[in-house]
Amino acid sequence: MAPLPSRHRSLFLLAGVVLLQVLLLAIQIRTVESADGSRSRLIRVWSVSAVSPFERSGAWGIGRIRDAWRHYFALSDTARENEALRRENGQLKLDVMQLQGKSAEADRLAALLNFKQKQAKVPMVVARVIGSNADANSAVIFLDQGQHEGIRKNMGVITPEGVVGKVIESYRDTSQVLLLTDRDSGVGAMIANSRVQSPVGGMGEPLLNMKYVGNDDEVKVGDRVVTSGMDRIFPKDLPVGVVSDVKPGNSFKQIRVRPSASLEKLEEVIVLLTTDPLSLKQDTPVAGATPASPSQPAAQPISGLTNPKPAEKHP
Amino acid sequence: MNDTFDLRIGESHIEVHKFLGGTILLSVIIAVIAQSFLPVYISKAGILDLPLLITIYFGLSRRNPSTGLLLGTFVGLLQDSLSKTPLGLFGIAKTIIGYLASSIGARLDTEHPLARFALTGAFFVVHQAIVVLVQKVLLAQAQPLFTMKLLVATLVNSVLAVFLYFLLDRLRKS
Repeated sequence: MAPLPSRHRSLFLLAGVVLLQVLLLAIQIRTVESADGSRSRLIRVWSVSAVSPFERSGAWGIGRIRDAWRHYFALSDTARENEALRRENGQLKLDVMQLQGKSAEADRLAALLNFKQKQAKVPMVVARVIGSNADANSAVIFLDQGQHEGIRKNMGVITPEGVVGKVIESYRDTSQVLLLTDRDSGVGAMIANSRVQSPVGGMGEPLLNMKYVGNDDEVKVGDRVVTSGMDRIFPKDLPVGVVSDVKPGNSFKQIRVRPSASLEKLEEVIVLLTTDPLSLKQDTPVAGATPASPSQPAAQPISGLTNPKPAEKHP
Repeated sequence: MNDTFDLRIGESHIEVHKFLGGTILLSVIIAVIAQSFLPVYISKAGILDLPLLITIYFGLSRRNPSTGLLLGTFVGLLQDSLSKTPLGLFGIAKTIIGYLASSIGARLDTEHPLARFALTGAFFVVHQAIVVLVQKVLLAQAQPLFTMKLLVATLVNSVLAVFLYFLLDRLRKS
């Protein structure tokens, strides 16, 4: 190795001596680093200051490379992952909907079971609604239970909220139910408080019609309407609905009744296998219908048919 | 310290001055002590930088960069040790000045009083610039460079250098 020229040797020597003194300065000097008065070695400050730009540059470069890889070169994986996540999200939404449906169904079945336990002496069968009316002019449903379960024609059909209708046809494993809202439907009913009796029939619309209440009889909006038992189909005092509108007519009042049962959202019903009167109590809090006026009581559900989510069961 | 040295650059031969034994060391010690001692009694003496003048003189006379920068290092650290400045502040500045003075002394005739006056003034400004730079960059102590005080100090030190160098010339070996 050729020796360095004298001039270069002195330059290296100069650089070395100056560097040593710079380090000497750094070792012995402390500097105020922050507003809180904390001190740190100057050599540390210098070292950090000298190294950090390279670290920052390296981190920046690596970050850019990583971003480029993630955002451009790895897009195929991202697309596949996105597609998988979309599928998973859709499946999860479906699962949630199914679980919500099962939850509501469990609530309804729990209410039905509760009713059956409370009315253990009353023969009844729980049936699931498997079909609805095929034309717009009739209000009928089909149940998944029939003669095999003891269901016969003219048996009453109810829900925990109230009267639904009556069986008009019974087959081996299926039965057909005429809803209260059908034009041909009717149930013996009365005003719960005044005991004024009058049949309630359907009009082909959501509200029912209480037909023969004289203009002299006192009926108010919000009055509860219950079964009278006079039709020999439904036991006495089953909730039918709540008076929603009262107008004087020529001979009789024009009374509109809102059904207590959610006839448009039926999924499970109870078929009463008897027409004997049920030992119904009237002390259960209002849950079957929403009163038209806050000052008026609503129709009460059948005793023991406590609905876990009453607000969701009524229109 | 070695008091003799020979230097050849190209075909020209430049005389390398020799001094009596201990002259350089003694001069340095006296300059440093005087630099810290005089301002106690003469406040105006604070503008003098006797160690710098010694460094410049022996750098110009010895004309060896390595020796010059080491001499500057020694003088500067000694000055730092006797002052409140951190060790290395004047050391760095005088190391560079010693190197520059030796390098220039090897190329120019620095025996003329005017040349000495001008070179001393230039080195003084460079020295102050290095000190200010080190204070600002390494010590985070902002100091102004070009002030009237610097101009006056440069003139005073340059004038003093002419007479001081004349005296020091008496210590050369003939």
